[in-house]
Amino acid sequence: MSNVGIVSYGANIPRYRIKSSDIAIAWRKDPESIVNGLGIIEKSVPSLDQDVATISVEAARASLSRCDIDPQNIGAIYVGSESHPYAVKPTGTIVGEAIGATPNLMVADYEFACKAGTAAIQTCMALVISKMIKYGLAIGADTSQAAPGDALEYAASAGGAGFIIGEKNTIASINDTCSFTTDTPDFWRREGRKYPAHGGRFTGEPAYFKHITSCAKNLMERLDTKPDDYDYAIFHQPNGKFPVTVAKMLGFSYEQVKQGLLCPVIGNTYSGASMLGLASVLDVAKPGDRIFLTSYGSGAGSDSFDITVTNQIEKMPRDRAPSVAKMIEDKEYIDYATYAKFRDLLYWE
Amino acid sequence: MRDVAVIGLGITKFGELWDKSFRQLIAEAGSKAILDAGISGKEIDALYVGSMSAGRFIGQEHVGALVADCAGFSHTHIPAVRVESACASGGLAIRQGFLTVASGMNDIVVVGGVEKMTDVVGSEATNTLATAADQEWEAFFGATFPGLYAMIATRHMYEYGTTREHLAQVAVKNHANGALNPNAQFQREISIENVLNAIMVSYPLSILDCSPVSDGATAVILCAADKAKKYTDKPVKIIGSGQASDTLALHGRKDICTLEATVHAAKTAYKQANIQPKDIDVAEVHDCFTIAEILAIEDLGFVKKGEGGKAIDKKITTLDGEIPVNTSGGLKAKGHPVGATGVAQVAEIVLQLRGEADKRQVDGAKIGLTHNIGGSGASCIIHILEAM
Repeated sequence: MSNVGIVSYGANIPRYRIKSSDIAIAWRKDPESIVNGLGIIEKSVPSLDQDVATISVEAARASLSRCDIDPQNIGAIYVGSESHPYAVKPTGTIVGEAIGATPNLMVADYEFACKAGTAAIQTCMALVISKMIKYGLAIGADTSQAAPGDALEYAASAGGAGFIIGEKNTIASINDTCSFTTDTPDFWRREGRKYPAHGGRFTGEPAYFKHITSCAKNLMERLDTKPDDYDYAIFHQPNGKFPVTVAKMLGFSYEQVKQGLLCPVIGNTYSGASMLGLASVLDVAKPGDRIFLTSYGSGAGSDSFDITVTNQIEKMPRDRAPSVAKMIEDKEYIDYATYAKFRDLLYWE
Repeated sequence: MRDVAVIGLGITKFGELWDKSFRQLIAEAGSKAILDAGISGKEIDALYVGSMSAGRFIGQEHVGALVADCAGFSHTHIPAVRVESACASGGLAIRQGFLTVASGMNDIVVVGGVEKMTDVVGSEATNTLATAADQEWEAFFGATFPGLYAMIATRHMYEYGTTREHLAQVAVKNHANGALNPNAQFQREISIENVLNAIMVSYPLSILDCSPVSDGATAVILCAADKAKKYTDKPVKIIGSGQASDTLALHGRKDICTLEATVHAAKTAYKQANIQPKDIDVAEVHDCFTIAEILAIEDLGFVKKGEGGKAIDKKITTLDGEIPVNTSGGLKAKGHPVGATGVAQVAEIVLQLRGEADKRQVDGAKIGLTHNIGGSGASCIIHILEAM
């Protein structure tokens, strides 16, 4: 088997926060029932000058600062998002130029709702294993949209993480990966539409839970592993409740998911969600730790990964970039009016 | 009029059935009923199906022919009739089937009820259900059924001292019964505190005071009673059938704490059956909201007007009470696929009178009643059944 794995990683979370209770008050909803119902206390909000390009560049720079890779050796950049700044013109080229990886590299932007980032990891793995590239940079980032007053408004937030995939000096080996994909229309945004639509309760059992549990079970069956074999587990986190429930359904404990569970304090960062969860785990992981990750993207599909942390992580200067925990702590609250301005909810002529 | 008996029944699971379509559901219920009755397709003279709003829920009208087709009767060319009376569509379909057999026009008919409600989002389901209210005078001003029944509930609280705890007891009882019904949408018990602390929909009704949006279907086979023993050892006779109407809008009523349609339909059915309310051993009533079950047991004459809340508090209507109500779990816990509900009520009573209701069996039940309401009480269909 290949030595493919994670060589470095970096994350970025905008520092503005809005509390779920403040959104609830703006819409005359009961704050307590909203917070308890969704399990989200507050969410990150991108400022006027932050988008998927800036978040991706920040994450990419953080990942490069933790290793000594020459950016020119990065042979591919894939950015997964459902809020690319341009409909036509890649985010990946901006990232490539900003980190000095151009011009001899492959670039493409990915979209698969909330799992485009993990799909980018799989592509980079394949290119590395096939020796087409030495290093690949996979990024998942979003400044996700939510219609004013929609249930999504309490969750849709901003953030992202990037992973340099390679075979040398890996801090974590990716032992295996698999995907589970069907055509399930639980959540979508049509071309030209500003806000996504969703199928209400249909987004739960037949979408999120079915895909994550099926994909996770497939991988554990293939590897003959069980939940107890893992130190950490990360699941896509559209709200604070679903990842804990799906973990329980699969036999993982709350202790295993706690470190990667960020949604309650930063919201759902969509393509960044499971990637940031993984970054948070790598911030504290020790050699030998085994990590299970399953992402979920509406439409619908899941990617599962079995990861083992290597001794190399002790040599990595993790403090050269801010940890996920530090970015979560470094926050400034805004009110709904400021949120409305930042998220372009206001209308004037 | 000749006597009519139920000789077979078929029920699908109720719930959010993402992997089953409208036609799959009704075909499943129909074929189970036909197998249960042990009849052949050639013996069926006609088909009646209750469906409130397939046009809005799944974009499909012409439901009578569709059901005949998907159930495999297109080649026998039998008459197929879709019946609509809002949430009482199923009950009315039973009555139409009953009348044609009683009249001698048909010997054996299949009566089905079906709704596929989860293909639309929650707000669209609420709006579709609200089409059963008065569009000009209620829905136009934003009223939905939770709001209308909440007004009934607050008035009942004011007039008779009914409390939120009384209302909650209805949901607690029906969930306890639903936990014993393998076809119920919710098979778990809940507490009064769960109901009181649940998200408020429209005061005083929390989400656990409201029946859910559901998919599901049920079918029964009706047969001339003198031929019923040919097919089953346990036919159940329909000894009373009553139907009544009232103002479509709530504000037109003399007293919003009484559903006059229930009072009148019950009077007709009791008279036809030649029985009194005290003779009923088990009843399935229309608990679309908890307050609706309190009104039902009052208007059906089980308790005095205004005593409904207290009667539930005294456990009169629990499974081991004086008159068990909604042993299936009711609309609240069993689920409320609107077109199927009235037929499912009859199916539950038939199971009870056959002695086949398993863990929720009411010992020695001989006479049962079904009570199906359309809208906020603008239509009501009641059937009284007796083991033969």
